[in-house]
Amino acid sequence: MAAVRIPPTLRAEVGGARELDADGTTVAEVIDDLVERYPPLAAQLLQDGDLAPFVNVYVGGEDVRTRDGLETEVREGDQLILLPAMAGGS
Amino acid sequence: MEARTRPASLLDLVGSTPLIELSRLTPKPAVRLYAKLEGQNPSGSIKDRVAQAMLDAAEASGELEPGGKLLEPTSGNTGIALALQARLRGYPLTCVVPSNVTAERRRLLELYGAEIVDSPGEEGSNGAVRLALQLAENDPTYFMPFQYANEANPRAHYEGTGAEIVAALDRVDVLVAGLGTGGTLMGAGERLRESFPDVVVAAAEPLPGDEVMGLRSLEDGYVPPILDVSKLDRKLLVTNADAIAGLRLLLDREGVLGGVSSGAVIQAALRLADELDEGVLVCVLADGGWKYLSADFWDAPDVESAMESSVWW
Repeated sequence: MAAVRIPPTLRAEVGGARELDADGTTVAEVIDDLVERYPPLAAQLLQDGDLAPFVNVYVGGEDVRTRDGLETEVREGDQLILLPAMAGGS
Repeated sequence: MEARTRPASLLDLVGSTPLIELSRLTPKPAVRLYAKLEGQNPSGSIKDRVAQAMLDAAEASGELEPGGKLLEPTSGNTGIALALQARLRGYPLTCVVPSNVTAERRRLLELYGAEIVDSPGEEGSNGAVRLALQLAENDPTYFMPFQYANEANPRAHYEGTGAEIVAALDRVDVLVAGLGTGGTLMGAGERLRESFPDVVVAAAEPLPGDEVMGLRSLEDGYVPPILDVSKLDRKLLVTNADAIAGLRLLLDREGVLGGVSSGAVIQAALRLADELDEGVLVCVLADGGWKYLSADFWDAPDVESAMESSVWW
């Protein structure tokens, strides 16, 4: 079980929740669990079987793209953070 | 004895910033922490390098000619740096700025002579980028350096920031810099890899408050064209509260007054230092803390909520 933090842009798809619990031992499994319960999330989070380019997923405060991508391990009690990719750089 | 050289103008003082060791901050003596003090640049941030390189390149290519006018989306440092360059080179500059940036940044832009166009604060930097692209399309007489897609941005860090670090140190195991456009990480990262092939290039990035993530959908998201995430070895999220804690630690231990992103870089560096038994970490501290003095976070009982409605870096 992991806690998944939902960004404002995705809350409409999940009935307004800021955070959801989801099951899985990898990021892919956690996302699958969410998508099963909230099917509209699929189009937002995934593209061609990988993470969509404008979504960032963090486990343990690190972007899974610099870890093992969708195969990144999720341990019991981990927090997953979903964020939209945003311009920075002031 | 060497002849003494005097800079002909402020523009000659861009780059060649000091690198200091943070010996009071390192968690273990065998892990050596260094900081590149980019706040020492003439307009106070690392963006002096980027602004100078982008305008040099545009003048050299003929894209920017005498009488030209400049436009750039920026929540502060790039605008201030461009305004200094624009004034000394004789171009008018318009900056598209999210409406909720700190008062100092707005005042600085005005004092340096930039004209300000506000973009919706709740849309953050993405909103500024979108509006600037629109304005540029409607008025082709603007030249928009556009740091997010301008190769001169990472090149400034390859030839400057990165080369200076390589010249100063015999060994670098980890480079930590804030992620915004990706210019520092791409350019300095590439230069460091040439000299230290095993260097870990690590990004510290902000966890933005809900209010500045008010995008309508994820498709409104933005990945800067110059940023290739596959060239980052680590990408660490830092909360605003942790960034401020890092900023205070940096000030308390080393006397360095850094900006918000510097605090985040310090936090990320400490996390990475924790994983090492020994090694050399270099932190790029993009600006000083002066531009943040009016911010509420210094004394706020709840730092997170004091910061969540603004873009900090």
